[in-house]
Amino acid sequence: MSKRIEVRDLDVYYGKFKAVEGITLNIEPRSVTAFIGPSGCGKSTFIRTLNRMHEVIPGAWVDGEVLIDGSNLYEAGVDPVLVRRQVGMVFQRPNPFPTMSIRENVLAGVKLNNKRLSKSDADDLVERSLKGANLWNEVKDRLEKPGSGISGGQQQRLCIARAIAVQPDVLLMDEPCSALDPISTLAIEDLIEELKTEYTIVIVTHNMQQASRVSDRTAFFNIAGTGQPGKLIEYDDTSTIFSNPSEQSTEDYVSGKFG
Amino acid sequence: MPDTAAPARAKPRLRPGDRVFSGSALAAGTLILAILAGVAAFLIIESVPVVTTDPKDINILDGQPFWSYVAPLVFGTLWSSAIALLMAVPVSIGIALFISHYAPRRLAQGLGYIIDLLAAVPSVVFGLWGGNVLAPAIQPLYSWLTEHLGWIPLFAGPASGTGRTILTASIVLAVMVLPIITALCREVFLQTPVLHEEAALALGATRWEMIRTAVLPFGRPGIISASMLGLGRALGETMAVAMVLSSSGGITLALLTSSNPGTIAANIALRFAEAFGTNINLLIATGLILFAITLVVNMIARWIIGRRREFSGAN
Repeated sequence: MSKRIEVRDLDVYYGKFKAVEGITLNIEPRSVTAFIGPSGCGKSTFIRTLNRMHEVIPGAWVDGEVLIDGSNLYEAGVDPVLVRRQVGMVFQRPNPFPTMSIRENVLAGVKLNNKRLSKSDADDLVERSLKGANLWNEVKDRLEKPGSGISGGQQQRLCIARAIAVQPDVLLMDEPCSALDPISTLAIEDLIEELKTEYTIVIVTHNMQQASRVSDRTAFFNIAGTGQPGKLIEYDDTSTIFSNPSEQSTEDYVSGKFG
Repeated sequence: MPDTAAPARAKPRLRPGDRVFSGSALAAGTLILAILAGVAAFLIIESVPVVTTDPKDINILDGQPFWSYVAPLVFGTLWSSAIALLMAVPVSIGIALFISHYAPRRLAQGLGYIIDLLAAVPSVVFGLWGGNVLAPAIQPLYSWLTEHLGWIPLFAGPASGTGRTILTASIVLAVMVLPIITALCREVFLQTPVLHEEAALALGATRWEMIRTAVLPFGRPGIISASMLGLGRALGETMAVAMVLSSSGGITLALLTSSNPGTIAANIALRFAEAFGTNINLLIATGLILFAITLVVNMIARWIIGRRREFSGAN
């Protein structure tokens, strides 16, 4: 299920403003890759280009290539809807659908993809996805309750369950723990560790301990100044980035001298 | 109901600004209740003579009991408003969705402005348009429908020669309630949290699927409220119906014939000028019925919205 991502010379623009410039990197399957860097350096903008979610923002466009197992997401005729079914996403703030029950939330994506699903298949999928998101034991007795009625950490795991229910190849996480307390954060980090056996995971985080705990590879982004595009400064094994980076600015950032 | 009783025990230090504000809020809340109670009291008191007087002494009734006089009017009111709503709500939701989620921003603004403008057209103008333009223009369609689809009870013949049928009145009503429903729905749809829209899109929803999973469920209470406001206007609309509808008949499902039930509000307007004595009380009593209908309709709407409060996203 897991796939390799290759980004080649990607620029991202908001209208005429170049937000991110010249990104080239490879992300291996069944690995966790963390994007770190100061606020406004373009890491959230960049992660959104990996499933074309940036197109939701008016005026946003890209120049360059993103290849998933060799096929370019930005080739003419590629439907962004199909891209997003292949590349799932979890957001900064937990966003279960408040009008749906926990069960309906898990099934929301599947119901879009194939309309007919027998009751028992649906039950299986709900259980499998919630177990996959380490949430089953906490919610199994209240599957019909609203998705917004559980705690923030549980909501975020529900969103992960919803994302993996459609069996994507890649899972993007945009600061998935920034709205959560430390215990819920730990639960999500444990989950990421388990999920990487099946999915390619890309995570944006502001928390450098988190990046060093969960990721195999880390990419450091930086921005030269306000109004300048964000750039990929260094991309290497997480242990190298945190112990022996080759760029001075990376070292300054991970050691807390700035940012 | 305004929550009046502030706990006096705690004795918080009230600043002048707080006092003025809570006082004026309380006054406003009380005022609206007082006005409502006053209207209800007036309607009830003025209606009493209708019950106590022999129906033979009320000219308009012409010997028939009160309820058999009111029944066709109640039916006509509900029937015409229901048809109007049935036509207006889907169109309104469509326009609102187009403005909020499909149209380019500049077009959306212009369109929203035009819709608001439509709400400001006086009902007399709609009445003139309905009676003098729409009715003659649509009459051939009515004839065609009764000829070819007359076996459906709704389209039973013979078709009205003037086109001034209850369906015409309902179309006029639908056009009149369209702006308010559209404007409210648009506001509600624009309030859909971007997070929920992105959640749907990230699951691989098309734009329509995103609207179905995120926008419409979130906006459901708003759509119902907007429809009820529109229904309220349709139920109480007087001039437009009075000018369009030729009312002479009783309760019938047929939409296209020349014998149509009237509506309460239009009936009051048409009869009031020449009413005298207990006839006035009779008309006011029908007004009381309309008042009651509106209350019941609103209560039903509240109940529908409250039923799924848990899932409203307010928690």
